[in-house]
Amino acid sequence: MSLLEVRELQTYFDTRRGVVKAVDGISFTLESGKGLGIVGESGSGKSQTAMSIIQLFQHNQRIAGGSIMFDGRQISDYTDSQLEAIRGNEISIIFQEPMSSLNPVFTVSKQLCEVLITHQNMSSEDAKAKAYEMLKAVKIDQPERVLKSYPHQLSGGMSQRVMIAMALSCNPKLLIADEPTTALDVIIQAEILKLMNELKEKLNTAILFITHDLGVVSKMVDNVVVMHGGKIVESAPVKVLFKSAKHPYTKRLIAAFLKTDIRRANEGETLDFFEAENDQYDFQQFRDRGVADDDFYQVSAGHMIACRLKKK
Amino acid sequence: MRKREKLDQLAISGSLTPWQEVRYAISKDNRALIGLAFIAILVFIAIFAEFIAPYGMREQNLQNVLQAPTLQHWLGTDDLGRDVLSRIIFGTRTSLVIGVSAVSIALAIGGVLGLVSGYFKGIIDILIMRVSDVLLAIPSILLAIAIVASFGSGMFNMIVAIAIGNIAIFARIIRSSVMTVTERQFIEASHALGSSHFRILTKHILPNVLSPIIVQSSLGIAFAILAAAGLGFIGLGLEASVAEWGLMLSSGRAYIRTQTYLTIYPGLAIMLTILAFNMLGDGIRDAFDPKMRDR
Repeated sequence: MSLLEVRELQTYFDTRRGVVKAVDGISFTLESGKGLGIVGESGSGKSQTAMSIIQLFQHNQRIAGGSIMFDGRQISDYTDSQLEAIRGNEISIIFQEPMSSLNPVFTVSKQLCEVLITHQNMSSEDAKAKAYEMLKAVKIDQPERVLKSYPHQLSGGMSQRVMIAMALSCNPKLLIADEPTTALDVIIQAEILKLMNELKEKLNTAILFITHDLGVVSKMVDNVVVMHGGKIVESAPVKVLFKSAKHPYTKRLIAAFLKTDIRRANEGETLDFFEAENDQYDFQQFRDRGVADDDFYQVSAGHMIACRLKKK
Repeated sequence: MRKREKLDQLAISGSLTPWQEVRYAISKDNRALIGLAFIAILVFIAIFAEFIAPYGMREQNLQNVLQAPTLQHWLGTDDLGRDVLSRIIFGTRTSLVIGVSAVSIALAIGGVLGLVSGYFKGIIDILIMRVSDVLLAIPSILLAIAIVASFGSGMFNMIVAIAIGNIAIFARIIRSSVMTVTERQFIEASHALGSSHFRILTKHILPNVLSPIIVQSSLGIAFAILAAAGLGFIGLGLEASVAEWGLMLSSGRAYIRTQTYLTIYPGLAIMLTILAFNMLGDGIRDAFDPKMRDR
């Protein structure tokens, strides 16, 4: 049985101008200890997919259909208080802006301990010891000093390490990482990714990695889901996706990413991009019509594409 | 002196805690310090009024009615032969009690309403804010007069009347700060870590909206004291024998051409007290605002 099984999930916003379908019928599974990447452009619904799993919703947002099974339980039907017991405990999430994810008026120690005391019923002494241990695990120099610091005294990379420590302190089965390195520079980004990979191995935590950066995805996950317009466009093992992406949207995404790689660009990857422009997948049309039908076509084992391509 | 230098060093290097920084900023602000010192003196006077005042609050000296300031009566006596200085001293207690308790009531009720409406938004917010719109549309002194006139005068009614006028103001200010804080990511992060609404409201939002609460409380006390004096002046305040600055002004009004000191000294007391609270309030506001702090 999979750790996380999302079936036909629909997340809608009720606005004054009508319903916005942020996530519109997507399905995927994630095995325990594995990594799954969700990639797509801004507004493709990738973050809302993540938020739907633990139902961190705006007040006008709701799950309109589908189901989410986590560890054998249907958590899409859970009440708020049931979810509170799972959030931060069995499923943790880390956000894009580490600097603003910490409460400015409390010390790092207090915030780390709060999670442990709430979920693990630890005494404050035990919690302090565990907080120290977690900071060491995320490779922070001088944990004593950082524990006593306020968030504004930390750098971006340090704050993200603290956030990771906080997210992992209750040994979650699933860690959702919502663009965790976007706000960091490339060197710190590489360090954080390496750290997350190490901790993933060590603690056997499954990672749901949300990003628009294909480079990051290639290092972090086993499978990739490409989203556009609230739907899944293509899903495949990460190596297959990079080698033989089939859907024009995925190809464009990869082409856009590889544009900076001059050698690869000359091999004709960018050519595909322009070719696609001329055939039935005109980019404007692509957006206007929504991405694809709901039927998928299986290219190879584990490699599915939204089936409009099949008609070609 | 050592400690002071060390504090300067810490402040420059930015390693003070947020509260220390605010305290440091206030300690550098003469205006706020003067206000604070004056308020400290007022509090001392209010607590020990019996020991400081040369005469009792109701003590009459009918041989010396309407006497100009002398060595015996430093600020003179009123039309019933009561010592003006003593009555101003006892009046300090009345004013502070009214100011502090009216603001506490307003803060407790308005604060909860503001927190709830700013945090949960939606229909609750609309309801609370429309009611507070109605309250704000009525001039608060008029509202207080209406309440005292219909429920009768007396200390308690006066406090409640002034508090009600303040509730909407507190609810407004706290709601807007709560809304800003709620949008920030650490609130979402703490949802994601499994905190309940109650916990987030009390542990994460409340500490982050303390600065407007403190500033508004300080200014609110000044307003409440003024309102109490105003009610006293128009005769809707306390019974005539209780020492209250507004009441003293109003009873001295008849003698304003001949015995000026009957109105000047209570007036001065009101003015200085309100000035002190306003100075402190402004100072705290600047201390909480990093942009003002570095000037």
